[in-house]
Amino acid sequence: MAYESTSKMQNIVKVPVWRRRLLLIAVLLSFAALLVRSVYLQSLHKSFLQKEGNARYSRTLSLQAYRGKILDRNGELLAISSPVETIWANPTDVVIDQVQTKAMASLLNMRTADIDKKLANPQREFVYIKRRLPPDLAAKVMSLSIPGVYSEREYKRYYPAADVTAHLVGFTGVDDNGQEGFELAQNTWLSGKSGSRRVLKDRQGHIIEDLEAVKVPQDGHDLMLSIDRRIQYLAYRELAKAVETNKAIAGAAIVLDAKTGEVLAMVNLPTYNPNNPVNVKGKTRNRAITDTFEPGSTMKPISVSAALESGNFTPESKIQTSPGTLSIGPATIHDSHPQGLISVGQVIQKSSNVGAAKMALTLQPEFLWGYFNQIGFGSPTHIGFPGEGSGRLRNYKTWRPIEQATMSFGHGISVTLLQLARAYTVFANDGELRPVSLLKLNEAPIGHRVYSAQVANEMKDMLETVVQPGGTALKAQIAGYRVAGKTGTAHKLGAHGYEEDKYVASFVGMAPASDPRLIMAVMIDEPSNGEYYGGSVAAPVFSKVMADALRMLGIPQDAPNNNVVIPTDETNAEPEVKETT
Amino acid sequence: MINQLLHRLIKHIDSFLMACLLFTMLVGLFVLYSASGHSIDRVLAQAINIAVALSAMWLASNVSPQHIERAALPLYILGVLLLIFVALFGTTSHGATRWLNLGITKIQPSEIMRLAMPMMIAWYFSKREASLRIVDFVIAAMLLVVPVGLIMKQPDLGTALLISASGFYVLFLAGLNWKFLLGGIVSVGAMMPVFWSMLHDYQRKRIEILIDPTQDPLGAGYHTIQATIALGSGGIAGKGWLHGTQAQLDFLPERTTDFIFAVFGEEFGMLGNILLLVLFSLIIIRGLIIAADAKDTFTRLLAGSITLTFFTYTFVNMGMVSGILPVVGVPLPFISYGGTSMVTLLLGFGILMSIHTHKKLVSS
Repeated sequence: MAYESTSKMQNIVKVPVWRRRLLLIAVLLSFAALLVRSVYLQSLHKSFLQKEGNARYSRTLSLQAYRGKILDRNGELLAISSPVETIWANPTDVVIDQVQTKAMASLLNMRTADIDKKLANPQREFVYIKRRLPPDLAAKVMSLSIPGVYSEREYKRYYPAADVTAHLVGFTGVDDNGQEGFELAQNTWLSGKSGSRRVLKDRQGHIIEDLEAVKVPQDGHDLMLSIDRRIQYLAYRELAKAVETNKAIAGAAIVLDAKTGEVLAMVNLPTYNPNNPVNVKGKTRNRAITDTFEPGSTMKPISVSAALESGNFTPESKIQTSPGTLSIGPATIHDSHPQGLISVGQVIQKSSNVGAAKMALTLQPEFLWGYFNQIGFGSPTHIGFPGEGSGRLRNYKTWRPIEQATMSFGHGISVTLLQLARAYTVFANDGELRPVSLLKLNEAPIGHRVYSAQVANEMKDMLETVVQPGGTALKAQIAGYRVAGKTGTAHKLGAHGYEEDKYVASFVGMAPASDPRLIMAVMIDEPSNGEYYGGSVAAPVFSKVMADALRMLGIPQDAPNNNVVIPTDETNAEPEVKETT
Repeated sequence: MINQLLHRLIKHIDSFLMACLLFTMLVGLFVLYSASGHSIDRVLAQAINIAVALSAMWLASNVSPQHIERAALPLYILGVLLLIFVALFGTTSHGATRWLNLGITKIQPSEIMRLAMPMMIAWYFSKREASLRIVDFVIAAMLLVVPVGLIMKQPDLGTALLISASGFYVLFLAGLNWKFLLGGIVSVGAMMPVFWSMLHDYQRKRIEILIDPTQDPLGAGYHTIQATIALGSGGIAGKGWLHGTQAQLDFLPERTTDFIFAVFGEEFGMLGNILLLVLFSLIIIRGLIIAADAKDTFTRLLAGSITLTFFTYTFVNMGMVSGILPVVGVPLPFISYGGTSMVTLLLGFGILMSIHTHKKLVSS
């Protein structure tokens, strides 16, 4: 721009020097501004911008691990993951016309308005259209080739035994995490570790290239339960029948391997279908483990055995139960039928409240409490199941005599059905209590001694008389097998003390009595179709399930001759009813 | 014989300017290859654009400034008439009415104005130079405002801006009174609210987003944010040719046209940007020297305006991509893909070369 206006160039418009300089400076300043901006963006601010840039194109994809199966003790499937496809969309990229929307809606059984609504939000880059579709249906949707609509592989849990094992197995949520039962309790073990790979994606979400080697997903482990699916089905079928016939609100049953403490069956009603867990509120509880109840007379073998251990009694000792009532302070304990002078064995056989209470009152509270405690009441079984109840066993220091008396026949103490079933392992194992397990064991666990072998076997013999003529549970008999067991019928505890006409009927028993292999505990909550005694409501369930289970497991008969006495109304009378205090 | 032919061919070509232009265009082809996702077709099409534009430049360089001066008035009148035609019968596409459908082809009359405008105003001043009065500036301003108004109405803010800049540079170089200049700036400032109300919503949005691009990161601010991210990702030395992620992965919009500078900046970094700025500076300085050396009013004003308009192109584009100016549709000269702007630009440089070489011929 070094130009001078001279007189020779009069015909030229003069551009003043300052004006040219100003122009040049303006040009240079402008470029300097660009340069400064470039330095700012590309060296001072670059780490932030580079991070932002990376965030836009590099994505970490998670590779789902295959969730482990849940099996019964024989390897039968209880839960398995099957592949499903999920259809999702990136609304920003979706290009769709009315015809395609309609086609998609009819395939997915959705309303077009719903699909439009999902795709209408341009702020989001990810919306689910529909999750967990069968792969062939998803393929049909994808063949519409709508830009911005994608499918992704997921796994859906399938539960072949459905309602029958629902409370044990539980179910998973939509994100494949356990929500209930073992799916929840063993979630980490089952789910494994998902893998990942880092990829370069373009704006449409297409994977351009793998950045990092794939981190291989670690598949989850299988879980083998102690359950025998066949016995589980049996127990479920019979319990359901009993709950229905007796118009009960709920029921639970447990079958234990008497030697190992493994749970072979555990069923609850009401139940639900874990394959489609909707409206399951109140049905998902595994009552056998989580709910506590006052057991009633099924407690008598435990308190009477403690009395035998004290040395104050032998099975033949006579107890005066006349006149069928016993007053302790202002309260009175009743037998439903006065029994007069009976032996300890008959206290069990006839289920005499007065007899049991009189025996218990000869014991020091601490002594009786020790047996309750040793046999596992008042503390959880640690079976490894979520939400386990521990029941209520009050400290002996606070016991009043009337409480000590009622606890001997199962009132003022609460237990879970599992605790009760486990307690009976002492009578099957010469006085030793076996820990219980819901997982299959390879060897029998070590138990601990509660009663001497002599007392335990004496009690087992008494329990055999319960199912024999003169006992309370003729309906618990099994053809070909000797049975030992005890009935229970307890008033339910309501908001204002014991309810007059609401009962819990139960039966706990074992077979073959000569060398018990199976223990079964049955509990029916609020039977309300006339019958409510444990011997008439719960005992038949025991009999039917055990008969088939013993045969199924090939357990040798110990009473091959026809030993069953057909119960009549007279032999079925049951004198056990809780007293109000 | 061949030497003579060669001499005849290049005697109106300014070798320094030519070297700078060719080098810039070569860089442009490489960047385009990367930005288009390795499309040889796109590069070939651009090469053809360049060939056509170079031919136009060569033709222009061989036309004497006197002929160019004579063409100023007819070209301007033609341009204005066509713009009026566009306003009346133009073809609308993407909400803008910019094209005239001639049956065989579509033309964009505003492109004619890019050269016709500085030519016209320079011509006017060269006619009136002996007795320049205030009224001449008023008339020149009218010559500027009418076509610019028509183009803004289309609407094409970028072109209107550049054309008014090219006319303004002539007025400034012709010695527009400092007081007028100040008065003009003040009145433009006073007109801002009116201007603002005349703007289309999308244009207003662009200006708002310049102030804060994050207020609409997925919408209108997306361009600016993605472009600054691309530039920043380049760092000092760049990611290397063909290795820019933002452009390659389709995150950067309009990456072969208006936003190609972001691709360049990501792949060649700050050093690349400096090189590009140096190249453009050399071209501008050479243009200003040619303007200063021009022998008469018309050529000086025209050369000055063409050069400064070129500067405006580069500054507005790079400023918009790096986020210091609002997003207006201005391509980056010689780098962005597109035939029309390439031809207009090189025609301008052809005129510059004509001004320079014909002056020499006359003086020698």
